[in-house]
Amino acid sequence: MQLGNLIWKELWQRPTSLLTSLAAVALGVTALVAIQSITVFSEEKIAGDMRSLGANVLVLPPGVTLQDYYSADMHGQTMPEEYVTQLALARMSGVENLAPKLCVAAEVDSISVTLTGILPRSEFEAKTAWQGMSFLSNPVGTDRGCCAKPVTDTSGESDPTSLATQRTVQDLGKDELILGADIAVQLGAAVGDELTLLGDTFHVLTVLPPTGTIDDGRLFAHLHSVQRLSNSGPVVNVIEIMACCEDAAGGLITDLSRELPNTRIITIAQVVEAQIAVNGLMSRLSWVFFGILLLVAGASIASVMYANVAERRREIGTLMALGATPGYVTKMFLGKATILGIAGGGLGFVAGTILAMVLGPQLVGVSVLPMPSLCGVGIATATLIAVAASYLPARRAAALDPCLCFNDG
Amino acid sequence: MFQLNNVTKAYECRGQTVNALNKTSLSIGDNEFIAVVGPSGSGKTTMLSLLGGMMAPTSGEVLFHGESLYDMSLVERTKLRLRSLGFVFQSFNLVSWLSAIENVQVPLSLAGESASAQQERASELLSRVGLSDRLNHLPSELSQGQQQRVALARTLANDPRIILADEPTGNLDPESREQVMNLLSEFHSEGRSVVMVTHDQFAAQHAHRSLSLVDGTIVDTPLATNAA
Ligand SMILES: Nc1ncnc2c1ncn2[C@@H]1O[C@H](COP(=O)(O)OP(=O)(O)OP(=O)(O)O)[C@@H](O)[C@H]1O
Ligand SMILES: [Mg+2]
Repeated sequence: MQLGNLIWKELWQRPTSLLTSLAAVALGVTALVAIQSITVFSEEKIAGDMRSLGANVLVLPPGVTLQDYYSADMHGQTMPEEYVTQLALARMSGVENLAPKLCVAAEVDSISVTLTGILPRSEFEAKTAWQGMSFLSNPVGTDRGCCAKPVTDTSGESDPTSLATQRTVQDLGKDELILGADIAVQLGAAVGDELTLLGDTFHVLTVLPPTGTIDDGRLFAHLHSVQRLSNSGPVVNVIEIMACCEDAAGGLITDLSRELPNTRIITIAQVVEAQIAVNGLMSRLSWVFFGILLLVAGASIASVMYANVAERRREIGTLMALGATPGYVTKMFLGKATILGIAGGGLGFVAGTILAMVLGPQLVGVSVLPMPSLCGVGIATATLIAVAASYLPARRAAALDPCLCFNDG
Repeated sequence: MFQLNNVTKAYECRGQTVNALNKTSLSIGDNEFIAVVGPSGSGKTTMLSLLGGMMAPTSGEVLFHGESLYDMSLVERTKLRLRSLGFVFQSFNLVSWLSAIENVQVPLSLAGESASAQQERASELLSRVGLSDRLNHLPSELSQGQQQRVALARTLANDPRIILADEPTGNLDPESREQVMNLLSEFHSEGRSVVMVTHDQFAAQHAHRSLSLVDGTIVDTPLATNAA
C-alpha cells in the first residue's frame, strides 16, 4: 500500500462529494469542448462550402435576417416571382444562372417535410424565347470576359442530379419530384415511386447524391406546382444567382440593387464572413463559459476539500502521530485533487465531444470528429484548477497537529 | 532515554492560562514500564504529547537520548516518531476505511517499505495479536478489543523502542483489557519501554513504576513489587 492507494481508497469513501466536484469540473470542460469542436468543424465546413458552392449571390426579400445560408430560404417571407424574369431580362454582366426557390412545409405519410419549389432552366428558355431573346441557353450577359472558366458549366447539362452541384436542373415536370439523399432514405422512396404531397400525386424523378447540406433533407418540385398547391401565389423566398466568378459578384451587387431596390442582396462571401464572425464569437464565448464554470468548479472543489479536511482531522492527526510529515499530508490532498482534475477533464472531454457530435449535425449541419488537442487543454486546465483550489485546504490539513487526544470523537 | 528538564506547558485559552504541566523534571530509562496515573485534567495526556514530540513545551527541554526533541526540525521529529515511537490511543484511532491489515501497513508505508514487505510484516503482526483470521475486516466489523489489538499491531509495525499509550484499556471490557495488558507486558519484556497513562488500577498493576500527576506536578512512586 502506497500513498496512491491511500488516496484512491479515500476517494471512494465519499462518493457524493466526489461526484459533485467531478461534475463541476467536467461541466466546464464539456462546454468548452462541445462549443470549440462545433466551431472548428463548422469553420472548416464553411470554408469548404465556399469553394464548392455554385451560387454566390442571394436575392432575399427585405427584412430577412440572414442566419445561415442553408436556411436562408426558410424564413417565410416572400417576393414576387416577376423579379426572376426582371433579372433575366436585365442581362447583367456576370450573371450566369438564376435559381428561384419557394419553400413550404408539407407532409408525406404524416412525416413533416420541407418542399422546395425550383424553376427548371427549360422554363427560362421558354420564357426568354417568348420574349424574343436567346437567353440562358447561351452564356448570360453582354461581356463574358470576367473570368476564364465559368463557375457553373451548364452546357448540355440535362442530368437532374445536377441540382446537387449546379443548383439548377434542365427539366422538371409539374408532377415530378427530386429527393435529397437523407429524406429519400427516411421516406423509403426510390426513383419511380409515387408520393402524395399537399393533396397531389408526384412521382420521384431522381434521388440526389448526398451533399452534406440541408438540401439532403428536402424534396424539390416544380416552383409553379408548389405555388399552386400552397396557395401562395406567384412568389419566391429567394433567388440564388450564380455569378460567373467571385470578382464579378462584387460589381454585380450594385447592378442588382439598382434593378431590384425592394430586396436584400447578399453575397455568399458576406454570408460566410457573418457565419465565421458568429463562430468566432461562439468560440470566444466558450472560453468565457469555460472560465466561469471552472471558477464554480474551483469553488466547489475548495469547499468540498475544506469539508474533507475538517471531517478527517482525527484521521490526519493519527497519521501524523504515526509519522506522516506535513508534506505527506499535503500530497494526500493535492494527489486527490489531481485525480479529480484528470478524471473531470477526461469526462468533460468525452461528454463534450459526444455532445458536439450529436448537436453539430442538428444545429449547424456539420459532422464533428473528436479533437485530441482539446483533450489535452481540458485535462491540463481542469487539473490546474483542482490543484489550485485544493492548495489552501491541503495547507490547512498539513498544519494540523499530531494528536493523542481527540475531543471531537 | 527520556529526560524532562524543568518542563512547563501552559495552554492559553480565552485570555486564561492553564498550567497543564508545572516545572516538571523526570527521567525515563531504557526498558521501563511506567504507569502515569492521576485525576482527570492533571496533565497526563499533555505529558505524553510532550514525550511524543507532538507539542512543544512552553519552557524547559525534552531530551531523547540526550538530544533536545524540540530543537529538531518538525520533519526530523516526525521521522523520529515514525522510527522509534509507537502510540496506542484510548479510542484506537484506526482509519475507518482501511482494513485491519491496511491499518497495520500505514506506518510501514510511511517508512517506505515495499508492498510485499508491508503485507508480510502486517499479517505477521496481526497473527501475533491473534487476529490472523480478521486481516481484511474493516474496523467497524471488529469488536472494540479486536480494534485495540489491531492498533497494537500497528504500534509495533516499525519495531519502535518506546511505546506511549494513552489509556489503552479505557474503552475495553475486562477480558479485552487483560489481552491488551498482556500484549503490552510482552512488548516490554522484549526490551521496549512503555509509558502508559491509565485510570485503571488493573492496568497500572502491570507497570513497574508509577508516576502520579496532581495538578501538573509529578510524584514518582517505584512499584518495587512488580519489578522484574
Ligand atoms: N488544547 C488545550 N487548550 C487549552 N487547555 C487544554 C488543552 N488541552 C488540555 N488543556 C488543559 O490542560 C489540563 C491538562 O489536560 P490533559 O488533557 O493533559 O489532562 P489529562 O490528565 O489527560 O486528563 P484526562 O484524564 O481527563 O484525559 C486540563 O486542565 C485541560 O483543561
Ligand atoms: Mg487525557
